[in-house]
Amino acid sequence: MSARAAWRLATLGFTQVYRYKPGKADWLANGLPIEGTQADVPRAGEVTRPDVPTCQLGEQIGEARQRAQAAGWDICLVVTEDNVVLGRLRGKALQANPAVSVDEVMEEGPTTIRPDTLLDDIVPRMRQKHVENIVVTTPDGRLVGVMLGQAAEARLTVFRATAESTNGS
Amino acid sequence: MRSVIDLLTTIQLEELQKLIQQAAILVDVLPADEYTREHLPGAINIPLKTLNGSTTARLPSDQPIIAYCHDYE
Repeated sequence: MSARAAWRLATLGFTQVYRYKPGKADWLANGLPIEGTQADVPRAGEVTRPDVPTCQLGEQIGEARQRAQAAGWDICLVVTEDNVVLGRLRGKALQANPAVSVDEVMEEGPTTIRPDTLLDDIVPRMRQKHVENIVVTTPDGRLVGVMLGQAAEARLTVFRATAESTNGS
Repeated sequence: MRSVIDLLTTIQLEELQKLIQQAAILVDVLPADEYTREHLPGAINIPLKTLNGSTTARLPSDQPIIAYCHDYE
């Protein structure tokens, strides 16, 4: 659609026409602000914590564990130098022999969501599957942070209460 | 003189943000109801079906104009 629009603008005489091909979905997925009646609907990006500890392939579990503990987390994400998420360490993996390489025990390809994911959609799914947290990335897989289920539930509760209050007034 | 291909330069997010800082005009070509629900900050709405000389008359001809829709459509 944007290609046809750009062509139409060009045929109308505009000489500096660009096409943002990835469109609104890309803008939203990168957690950028929007305007409109749905602008205030809570999304994952609002409650995503960017301070989750990370490690890289080749590091030892002992290093990752120490980093996670120091930061007060019970998970550590495995990322590339460009911050693309490769895996996750948690539970037994994070408690493995400290000399073991991250590569050997990491959970490959954890489920991820985008910052624009609606809490109204993701929270019930997390609850149903007993998922405590979920990794949030940009569309090209770069780490944004981790969304904690409890924080998302709390945000959604506040939003719904506010909406009901507004509708009732 | 720019070629026709240049006229329709496809851009990604980083270039988009630079152009916005340079006062580019953002044109959301989605239907009005979708625009009302959510659109990029500062974007104006000219649905594709209504894009013509009359509806674009208010657009400056000397500034970059960026068209977008929902995704790779």
